[in-house]
Amino acid sequence: MKHIKTINYATLKESASHGGCGECQTSCQSACKTSCTVANQKCEK
Amino acid sequence: MIHKFSMNGINIVLDVYSGAVHVVDDIVYSMLDHYDATSMEATIHRLKDRYLMEQLKEAYNEIKTLQEEGLLFTDDPYTEYIDFWDKQSVVKALCLHVAHDCNLRCKYCFASAGSFEGKRGLMSSDIGKKAIDFVIANSGRRRNIEIDFFGGEPLMNFDVVRDIVEYAKEQGIRHGKVFRFTITTNGLLLNDEIKDYINENMSNVVLSLDGTREVNDAMRVRMDGRGCYDDIVPKFIDIAESRGQDNYYVRGTFTRKNLDFAKDVLHLADLGFKQTSVEPVVAPEHEEYALRKEDLPVLFKEYEKLAVEYITRRKKNKGFNFFHFMLDLTQGPCVAKRLSGCGSGHEYLAVTPEGDIYPCHQFVGNKEFKMGNVMEGKLDSNIQKLFQKSNVYTKEKCRDCWAKFYCSGGCPANAYQFNKDINEPYFIGCELEKKRVECALMIKAALLLE
Repeated sequence: MKHIKTINYATLKESASHGGCGECQTSCQSACKTSCTVANQKCEK
Repeated sequence: MIHKFSMNGINIVLDVYSGAVHVVDDIVYSMLDHYDATSMEATIHRLKDRYLMEQLKEAYNEIKTLQEEGLLFTDDPYTEYIDFWDKQSVVKALCLHVAHDCNLRCKYCFASAGSFEGKRGLMSSDIGKKAIDFVIANSGRRRNIEIDFFGGEPLMNFDVVRDIVEYAKEQGIRHGKVFRFTITTNGLLLNDEIKDYINENMSNVVLSLDGTREVNDAMRVRMDGRGCYDDIVPKFIDIAESRGQDNYYVRGTFTRKNLDFAKDVLHLADLGFKQTSVEPVVAPEHEEYALRKEDLPVLFKEYEKLAVEYITRRKKNKGFNFFHFMLDLTQGPCVAKRLSGCGSGHEYLAVTPEGDIYPCHQFVGNKEFKMGNVMEGKLDSNIQKLFQKSNVYTKEKCRDCWAKFYCSGGCPANAYQFNKDINEPYFIGCELEKKRVECALMIKAALLLE
């Protein structure tokens, strides 16, 4: 494509079919403790 | 739904429901405002005086292709999912308040200098072990369990921390659970023996430091008013190095007194720390150091400034991580996690020195939210359900927000503190989070376009 460069594909939608195992870290345990960012957590699968 | 923004000379388009991210030129950026999938003519008509017809047709076709591939203007596929939202969650993480006491008197402390509005006290080994029994009994088939040693200052009760860790390891083997431990400390009592134990046993350590000496010592003071920077910085550098500059965070708080907090983040990086997190204070509006709505434009610029310098340092191989700019677009959390958020009140609970259970560390001391005690082992199911049912779709303000899959509806404790409702997000927190996500996406784009 000349006008658009895709840097990430439909990863969110794809995760709906295989996610939800619940083994990942609780977000507040990592560093924040006062504000919420979930999208920087790692998937354990 | 799409969200588009321009920062640092890069036009970025996020397709909210698919998670796709695109970098686009000015033609596409303008065209997206008027894009009509049913008519190329109508779409390009508005831009025909600004761009060549051939370019407009190309741009239109590229947008249409991405739409057909499910990478632009994707419909919300998760509402159906939410109709069946009856999560039977298990407890998978505990924040153990091993010390409701502190050897600092930080002026912004949400924990009332360690006491959490209650009496000062230390957790006993017995209570700590009961908490471990409680989490094992309530964790279902979940294998990984996290325990965070928090306070007050947990190093004031480190013998008990050790007892709890050893007990949890023993019980973990017996019950097929893997315990991961973290600790949050102000560092004053850190010594070689404690450092070695932490390094052997803790998967993460959070080291509290706000930034420059001046900024840190204005807020993080001892009982006699003296600052702590000179004592803790060498210890923090030492422990960060001993952990190979990984699996720790040096974590600070910025307030209205240092709206220019980018310099504090960069100061931490200049000290050699590779893992940093500096976060906005959450304080009652009447406090002079509390962030106000009118501070937002200054803070937005500050995040942008930090993001640009972040890229510059990366390119010079002098990069560092800033917690809120770390966004894993490909291997990040699944949508189920993004819908449900931090898990407070059902998956994640806090335990006081007396064994009382609260939805999270920030609710501790608010008796309305006391959920039980580890000695009894039962949870108030009404409070548990309130939190369990909460997700980005139960929050009116989140439904139409483009950033909902990045913050997962924000911090329920902040929401309650400001709006007395865990489903009504805290406005300033939301605005700052959106800016941080934009910065994080821009950083990704800038580094990938290299």
